[in-house]
Amino acid sequence: MEQRDITLLMVIIVLALFAAWVVWPGNPGLHIRLGPIRLDRDIRTHLGLDLQGGMQVVLEADLPAGQEVDAEAMGAARAIVENRVNGLGVAEPLVQSAGTNRIVVELPGISDPELAISTLRQTGLLEFVDAGNTFLTPGTEVQTSFRESGEFGIETPTPVPTATPTLTVTLVPTEETSPTLEPTGALSPTETISPSVVADTEPTPTPAVRIFRTVITGRHLSAAQVGQDEYGRPQINFQLTDEGGQIFAAHTAANVGSYLAIAMDGVIISCPRIETAITEGSGRITGEFTLAEARSLVIQLRYGALPIPLKVIQTRSVGPTLGQDSIAKSTRVGIIGVVVVLLFMLVYYRVHGVVADIALLLYAMFTFALFKLIPVTLTLPGLAGFLFSIGAAVDANILIFERMKEELRQGKRFSSAIQAGFGRAWTSIRDSNLSTLITCVILYWFGSNFGASVVKGFAITLFLGILVSMFTAITVTRTVIRALYAMVGEDLRDGPWLIGM
Amino acid sequence: MTDIVGKRYWYFLISAMIIIPGLIAMGISTARFGSPLRLSIDFTGGALMELVFEQPVAPGEVRQVFVDRGYGDTMVQTTQDEMTVLIRSKELQDGEKAEIQEELKGKFGPLTELRFDQVGPTVGREVTRSAAIAITAAALVITGFIVFAWRKVPNALRYGLCATAATLHDVLVTAGMFSILGLLLGWEADSLFLTAMLTVTGYSVQDTIVVFDRIRENVPKRRGEPYELIVNRSLLETIHRSLATQLNAIFVLVAILFFGGATIRQFVATLVIGLLSGTYSSVFTAVPLLVVWEKGELGGFFRRLFGRSRAAA
Repeated sequence: MEQRDITLLMVIIVLALFAAWVVWPGNPGLHIRLGPIRLDRDIRTHLGLDLQGGMQVVLEADLPAGQEVDAEAMGAARAIVENRVNGLGVAEPLVQSAGTNRIVVELPGISDPELAISTLRQTGLLEFVDAGNTFLTPGTEVQTSFRESGEFGIETPTPVPTATPTLTVTLVPTEETSPTLEPTGALSPTETISPSVVADTEPTPTPAVRIFRTVITGRHLSAAQVGQDEYGRPQINFQLTDEGGQIFAAHTAANVGSYLAIAMDGVIISCPRIETAITEGSGRITGEFTLAEARSLVIQLRYGALPIPLKVIQTRSVGPTLGQDSIAKSTRVGIIGVVVVLLFMLVYYRVHGVVADIALLLYAMFTFALFKLIPVTLTLPGLAGFLFSIGAAVDANILIFERMKEELRQGKRFSSAIQAGFGRAWTSIRDSNLSTLITCVILYWFGSNFGASVVKGFAITLFLGILVSMFTAITVTRTVIRALYAMVGEDLRDGPWLIGM
Repeated sequence: MTDIVGKRYWYFLISAMIIIPGLIAMGISTARFGSPLRLSIDFTGGALMELVFEQPVAPGEVRQVFVDRGYGDTMVQTTQDEMTVLIRSKELQDGEKAEIQEELKGKFGPLTELRFDQVGPTVGREVTRSAAIAITAAALVITGFIVFAWRKVPNALRYGLCATAATLHDVLVTAGMFSILGLLLGWEADSLFLTAMLTVTGYSVQDTIVVFDRIRENVPKRRGEPYELIVNRSLLETIHRSLATQLNAIFVLVAILFFGGATIRQFVATLVIGLLSGTYSSVFTAVPLLVVWEKGELGGFFRRLFGRSRAAA
């Protein structure tokens, strides 16, 4: 045996031991403390939604046609959705951007898809809209300029609604029937001007087509918390971004006494009145809230403050039973596939078949170890890609062995037949695998562009599988065969059937 | 030496006999469903729900629940057993899924949702478009790659184009068979079908490259020999490998077909058809086409093909 073969054999054995350790289910993971180097990695199999059950939701920016999607705003929306999803208490949720205007949310093992969807659906658009003198009852659906055209309305003088003669303003000392909006730190007025009950019970005849002007959206909000007013009642404190603060200051200064309604997805959730100009970039919403209501409002302000409206365009859910069933079946299919190939090679190529089988088992182990290390999420199509790459691995060996047989038939010695077999087969293995790798790259691009994890999973496992197969089917097989012939020598020539000739 | 390429027009005839019925099925399918293959909601948009009840249910009664709600073209079929139903409908409105499931529970007893997919129509269109782009891109890049890899052989472009023609052959065979099965058994092309097709094309190219590689090796070694002879020799030299690889792949797929679940049966069957076609086309389409081109028979090709098929008919 040559020195090179011995070195390679050692490398292969070390790699195999490491791979075996990674593949071993009881693997404790990597936890290394070496002075300043700290490495903490759990090594385990990641299963896709189709195997473990769960749901995938694809959200898309819901903007009027022709309007560009702002990448930064989309990134912010993604972060907000992530926050919401984390609030669901699902283990390992996944929130990813897909293309320029989509967000893919994956919720593994979720038991109540309906609840999850409704939580995601709430990720609405928050707007502060100028309601003028009209008090809008919470729950009212309104049309706003931002939702209609994606624009903030032009600052126009608040029209004095002639159609609201019933709006009588009364002084309500401490009992408030409508929330008020004031700067934080401002002394609470002992008297708040609010519409009387008359205004509430007799809804203002607002024309159906009225489009309310959007003053600011959730994008302009930087923070919101539940606080307490002077009487110990819950109130909501909020802070605005610099830009938002300026717009807000200008608007509130010009519209003291008007209503500034807060709408979520076009539905009024609160309709406070502007008490004084708010110039500090922060303010508070007071009103008749219970603590729970205040909290829910804060969550909507904080996490629902989506800079871009989103809609659900695709939902896929797999129940846990189907997932379990798929795991069982695909494991069985995988084992059957590998066993069939092992037997085939053994029967067809005898001694060489044994070598190929060793290479194939190493191949399966290396690939799986890579899946766990990277980690690659395993899905059904991913397993199909893995199975296909087993075919490619075997094909490389078949090419080599057939070539070796050809050379032997021409009367060459084993050593040169091995040389020629590997050398000549190499170009066809290289080119055919390269073409498959190119296809994989295109598939991956195709898959990630529209969130089709189906095709993406297939492309990744096939790509990795082909790379590993080049190593095992060529390097491993050659090293083992050379070692074998170094030991057995030319004796095999006496029993050609041993190598399937 | 067995003369394989000499009988090339017979192989083209065999291919035509397989492809033409497929094309007819695609035509019928286009007339009936608006596309050459029956497309699943992955491409058309819509909702797909698989439910398992605790007692046998009649698909017609389940369907009625959907029809009553205005989903007229809903399809309901049982899978595996009488208790599991697969429902395909138009996209469901917000919250309607829960209402429908409540109603089904009221009528047929407790149920478990195995899976639920809902795809918006725009997404479906987009998937179809991206798939077309991906396949075209892949074909162009692979052709370019082969032309590059065979640049030292005269007429490298021919190798690229003949390999692509063989791949197109396999796509037509597989899609045609799938279209026939769509008409007969209601098979629908989904994203898994797309994956299978892409695997088939990858495999087809791989197979063709192996045979072409031998021609690439033999052309400089056997200067002076007629091209047809070199090609024939290369075919014979690689036929063992082609058969071994093919046998191996088919064994695996057949094992999966028998022992795997019903869900992937369609996927595996597509692969079997495609892989068989892939091996056939690398030997009997790609290589004979090279010879046809080399001998300048391309002009007379269609005339002869036409004459032969008429003679056969």
